[in-house]
Amino acid sequence: MEESNSKAISVKALAKNFGKVMGGGDGSGSGAVAAVAGISFEVERGEIFGVIGPDGAGKTTLFRILTTLLLPDSGEAKVMGYDTVKDYREIRKIVGYMPGKFSLYQDLTVEENLKIFATLFNTTIEENYHLIKDIYGHLEPFKKRRAGALSGGMKQKLALSCALIHKPEVLFLDEPTTGIDPVSRKELWEMLGRLKKQGITIVVSTPYMDEASLCDRIALMQEGKFLMCDRPQAIIDSFGKNLFSVKGDNMGALLDGLREAKGVLSCFAFGDSHHITAEKDNGTSSAVTAASLKAELERAGFEGVEVTKTEPSVEDCFMELLSK
Amino acid sequence: MKVIEVENLTKRFGSFTAVDNISFSVERGEIFGFLGANGAGKTTAMKMLCGLLRPSGGRGIVSGFDINRESEKIKASIGYMSQKFALYEDLKVWENIRLYAGIYGVPEKEATERSHTLLEELGLEKERNSLVKSLPLGWRQKLAFSVSIFHKPTIVFLDEPTGGVDPVTRRQFWEMIYKAAASGITVFVTTHYMDEAEYCNRVSIMVDGRIDALSSPASLKKEFEAESMDEVFRKLARKSKNGEL
Amino acid sequence: MRSFRIFVQKEFFHIMRDRWTTLILLVLPILMIILFGFGITTEIRNTKFAVYDPSGDYTTRGIVNKLESSEYFTLERYIDSEDEIERLFRRGETGFAIVFGDNRILLIADGTDPNTASVLTNYATALINSYLQESAVRQVGGGAATDVAGDPPVASATAAAHRTITPEIRLLYNPSLKSAYNIVPGIMGMILMLICAMMTSVSIAREKELGTMEVLLVSPMKPFLIILSKIVPYFTISVINYITILLLSVFVLKVPIAGSLILLSGLSLLFIFVSLLLGILISSVVDKQITALLISGMMLMMPAVFLSGLMFPIESMPEVLQWLSHILPVKWFIIAVRSVMVKGLGISSILQEVSILIGMGIIILIISIKKFKYRLE
Repeated sequence: MEESNSKAISVKALAKNFGKVMGGGDGSGSGAVAAVAGISFEVERGEIFGVIGPDGAGKTTLFRILTTLLLPDSGEAKVMGYDTVKDYREIRKIVGYMPGKFSLYQDLTVEENLKIFATLFNTTIEENYHLIKDIYGHLEPFKKRRAGALSGGMKQKLALSCALIHKPEVLFLDEPTTGIDPVSRKELWEMLGRLKKQGITIVVSTPYMDEASLCDRIALMQEGKFLMCDRPQAIIDSFGKNLFSVKGDNMGALLDGLREAKGVLSCFAFGDSHHITAEKDNGTSSAVTAASLKAELERAGFEGVEVTKTEPSVEDCFMELLSK
Repeated sequence: MKVIEVENLTKRFGSFTAVDNISFSVERGEIFGFLGANGAGKTTAMKMLCGLLRPSGGRGIVSGFDINRESEKIKASIGYMSQKFALYEDLKVWENIRLYAGIYGVPEKEATERSHTLLEELGLEKERNSLVKSLPLGWRQKLAFSVSIFHKPTIVFLDEPTGGVDPVTRRQFWEMIYKAAASGITVFVTTHYMDEAEYCNRVSIMVDGRIDALSSPASLKKEFEAESMDEVFRKLARKSKNGEL
Repeated sequence: MRSFRIFVQKEFFHIMRDRWTTLILLVLPILMIILFGFGITTEIRNTKFAVYDPSGDYTTRGIVNKLESSEYFTLERYIDSEDEIERLFRRGETGFAIVFGDNRILLIADGTDPNTASVLTNYATALINSYLQESAVRQVGGGAATDVAGDPPVASATAAAHRTITPEIRLLYNPSLKSAYNIVPGIMGMILMLICAMMTSVSIAREKELGTMEVLLVSPMKPFLIILSKIVPYFTISVINYITILLLSVFVLKVPIAGSLILLSGLSLLFIFVSLLLGILISSVVDKQITALLISGMMLMMPAVFLSGLMFPIESMPEVLQWLSHILPVKWFIIAVRSVMVKGLGISSILQEVSILIGMGIIILIISIKKFKYRLE
């Protein structure tokens, strides 16, 4: 007990099935689907914990259980030491939640929205203004504007302000960056970094793999399970294969060429280059090296080939885990 | 051969100019990335190209038809798919295919044959009679793309087709796009994944209703002295006057 | 209390920010009163009728005169045999016939449209009865005994007049046969139900659909207060509409409030509460606006229109439907309003309806409390 209470979140063997398709949210398919299939993990106080996975992985269901909106079928979950089933009233006082679907009143103004959320938690905008100043500052010039007339990025800022106005101890953000352009995404993450400094524990989900490095620890989620849960660097270190980045004049044909090449385990387009994996060289002569690969491709007639050994990213790790 | 050619295309809503005098052209078989921040005017521009919205000014030819006068003909010669709506989830896989074949007037016999090959290529033969909503999202998006080019359009418009899709499926999706482009279909695509911008032959970036940059990813990176498309995008978007409005 | 006030304010904003919602909520009752009060009417005027009168005596001619001088009937012509009636009906020349026979007056109406037929026979019965009553009074008062012997129909009719006649209750309280008397209580029931049950359930479903309900639930605010704050605006609007309807019916449709205004208002408040509870109950089982709309629209409104007696008399409906109509609060409300507003009866005569409404309210309240969700499932 003692130990789990010191954690911001502690989850043991949590499971949740859906007999039917849930309306909206994850929409995790139909039939008796295990949206969350036996997950255990802990989140330390004051860290940014990222749940990373595609749509339908079960992220929204997990968030809803943690925010007391859904009852788990089995297992238990505690937020700041409170049980999500028994002590849901206590949890509702100390968490902030921003659901995936945009949850503001579009027909109310920026200021009215904020006021309503402050009221909801028995506080006022004035009382906790310092908490949201940083974010709400951008919005203040438009406080008389209806929320529905804001751009995507601005809406997210307002939603975040609303989720923060009561000084929550734990903040749950379900896909705050989905559908948001890269600039607004970056701004949002900068804000989360500053909130972390104020001691707020942040649990955030995202389908964007490149946001993983911005979290202290991440969980890679797929089909209701955590494929891995660790610090981003630790996940990268555990990659266990050699990774090469390959460029060439004809990128499309190169993809097929690489898949034919000897020793190549997987090959995927990765932005301006292709990433291929190969077994780690254990001193054997058959191991793939940058030079051997380049030679083989050139033999096959490819021109302008560049091969470099690179560090994997979280996305490489996720793809590797998916292919297992 | 140019399949899209627009000059000084403009769309105003009241006093607000959503699309401000844009001019560009797209070659046949090209993969054209259409990027921009939220609210930069991408959707409005795309709607005009698809014949859904009448421009306030400017001229444009899409697949040989005038966007001002021949919007009905344009609609028949293009394909469209978006993340928000792609297929009817409460219809079966084959029912969706038949529906689209019907909408675009693909003859019955041909439709049957082609839907067979389509399902075979996607490895979905067993799912022929499944409801679309029972398929994983990735499969659904791949199926939706195949359906959107079922009638062999000259251009296919893809609006954030890979949002929320897992990284492996995302790549498989792009390989399908490559294949379609190789067969001569022009692909006009919007995305928020900047690594996907790299897969495009050329990329345009819209800021405040104007196209501020248009070139191949490599030359854009050179021009803006950036490491990645992400950086190019951020450097450009920062210039936005009304910023986040 | 402060938080409750702000939430009520928020609900009012939602209503007022949407011009169409505001317009519909406030103008709909006016529109319905005017439409039903003037345009759509169950009154029948100038119906052509035929008469078969072999005797052709003073009384029968008096009756025909009485009918013809009313605004409801116009004499088409006298006919020579009863057989002719069917032919006239078939050709659509008349829809009503009177046959004076030995010891009886036969009223024949075209039953294709049963409502019109029943209204016509009601009118005619009333007119004939009132004529006979008048002539009886004249006989008694003036002592002028005309030759009544040997004229059986009149003899029997006079006898009937002595037994104080008029079987049609509506006529007693609605002497000018205005359909507005019938319609005002019906419209009142429909409007109050529409605004309370439908709007409440739709507005709660809207929050579920938008996803804002999730955020509201994940907060220390009592869900009960959230729901209560949703009720207040619709309660207010219902009261405004109630007053509008009353003013319109008294001053525009000229339907006086025969009974106690306080009793009528108390009755309406009770009905408003029952309807609000019904709205909450609906919203606790649905999570889409469209479902809420369909349930309150199809399952409450449609039967309310058809079964409440607003358009068709319940008595002329199949028994199953009549039974079904018993479970609708609106039916009891309309009956009670008619008693108070039109008949001017006191509380003692509507005790049954009031206790049924209270009972329904309690049952709905219990179910809603049991169904109420503190979570998403």
